[in-house]
Amino acid sequence: MRHPGRWVAVAVIGVLVAMFVHLLVTNKAFNWSYMVDEMFRPPIIEGLRGTIALLLTAMLIGIVLGLVIAIMRLSENPILRGVAWAYTWFFRAVPRLVLAILFGNLGILWARVEFGLPFDRQIGALFGVDDFEARLFGFSAVEILTGFVAGMLALGLSEAAYMAEIVRAGIQSVDEGQTEAAQALGLRRGHILRRIVLPQAMRVIVPPTGNETIAMLKDTSLVAFVPVSTELFFQLRAVGNRSFQVFPMLVAATVWYLLLTSVLLVGQYYLEKHFSKGVGRSARARTKLRGIAAESGGTTGKAGGA
Amino acid sequence: MTELTVPARAGGPAEEAGPMVRAEQVHKSFGSIEVLRGIDLEVRSGEVCCLLGPSGSGKSTFLRCINHLEKINAGRIWVDGDLIGYRERGGKLHEMREKDVAAQRRTIGMVFQRFNLFPHMTALQNVAEAPVLLGREKKAAARDRAAALLERVGLGDKLGNYPGQLSGGQQQRVAIARALAMQPKLMLFDEPTSALDPELVGEVLDVMKDLARDGMTMIVVTHEIGFAREVGDTLVFMDGGVVVESGVPREVIAKPRHDRTKAFLAKVL
Repeated sequence: MRHPGRWVAVAVIGVLVAMFVHLLVTNKAFNWSYMVDEMFRPPIIEGLRGTIALLLTAMLIGIVLGLVIAIMRLSENPILRGVAWAYTWFFRAVPRLVLAILFGNLGILWARVEFGLPFDRQIGALFGVDDFEARLFGFSAVEILTGFVAGMLALGLSEAAYMAEIVRAGIQSVDEGQTEAAQALGLRRGHILRRIVLPQAMRVIVPPTGNETIAMLKDTSLVAFVPVSTELFFQLRAVGNRSFQVFPMLVAATVWYLLLTSVLLVGQYYLEKHFSKGVGRSARARTKLRGIAAESGGTTGKAGGA
Repeated sequence: MTELTVPARAGGPAEEAGPMVRAEQVHKSFGSIEVLRGIDLEVRSGEVCCLLGPSGSGKSTFLRCINHLEKINAGRIWVDGDLIGYRERGGKLHEMREKDVAAQRRTIGMVFQRFNLFPHMTALQNVAEAPVLLGREKKAAARDRAAALLERVGLGDKLGNYPGQLSGGQQQRVAIARALAMQPKLMLFDEPTSALDPELVGEVLDVMKDLARDGMTMIVVTHEIGFAREVGDTLVFMDGGVVVESGVPREVIAKPRHDRTKAFLAKVL
């Protein structure tokens, strides 16, 4: 035997796995048949749809707004830089759980949200007109800012702060010489960013964005506190509480999140492959290593003590 | 060899006075360090001007001032009669808008020491990118011309290769083709062979000689004394942010008038 240590390890792990499988099969509390029956029922699927919709919209807001904030942060204009810094500071400081509840209760501040000339009443008073109103359109805050939209905004705006930092790191990782070469050719700032810098920054941006997406998938369960009910974890827990089968439904939640995360990982793999175009084999190997490192230690710790 | 796409000089209409590049008392500081302390220089159309000098003498910085990659603190630079980077109004200089600076740079090609090719694009895409993006040419036409330019620098068989798959010498030749694709009036070379393995220097210098023969106006920051002697029309020796001496390369190299030039040449020859 050339590697006695390995065989010892195999034996120990084998025994542990056997114990775990034995637990899964024999312990009645798992109630597998009940779990499988329940986890595909319409309200759960409805919740699953809600979770995916939240994930997609929140990440979309996060990525688009994050890109804008990153560009502001790197701008030569000190005002834009300051605003970007303040935004990141606020949304990284406040836990997502607190944000979710806060956004769910914004209806307390305003009954209606309206868009138009700012300070219209005050301006009207200045010219002696009472009740001057210049508003284009509005909606009832209580109707809109509860539930899904509040949850989406809380998660999306918070994500934008993290994405801004990721995008900024990505842009800064691109060699200065690339911008200079493009400038020397007579390209404009927008062109340089879009065609030269961002495509190269993507190699640095995509892997952590994958992690962010997975973290976001899990954080969608926070919107239960907004409250939003069309959400996977809320629905599974509701079934568990109603039927006093709490544990099988917790396992069902685990299984669903594992499934969804696995789908996301496949997507991330192909995205990374696409953006490593033109980079040598060694760089591609590095990307793979980074992915493995992220999988084994990728906690974000920003769920805010949920 | 395909025909070159630079404006023809030899045998063209008589050049109307006016140098291609004129610099007047150019000053540049980085913080409290004064890198350029009053550079005066003239480069005529079709001329090859070699800038020589020890490292830190300001020659690369001066080159970067010519296409406004560095902002100058005082003085003026004209390229083909246009004041670079600034607009003169009522005796005062106003900095140009980014859009106008970019437009000026389109007539000035630049080749960098570290190539700075776009690594996510093939050789062909590197060359065709700017003309297409700036709406100068249709994609197909730009690709044809890019292929011809790459053929010209001896890389007709490497069109689809990414920079990472090319040697340093090949990358630098792609970079030259990329600059030529904008059909510049002037080419700036910032130590184009300093990052190359010795055996690859020749292929890049050959392309540059070829370009000089076709009448391109070139300013070359270099340590290649042989190239300066063989191809250069003028040699400018810089040290400590000033032009120490300039003249016909053969004469400056054989009989330097200034002690600093002598000391430098003694070290590199």
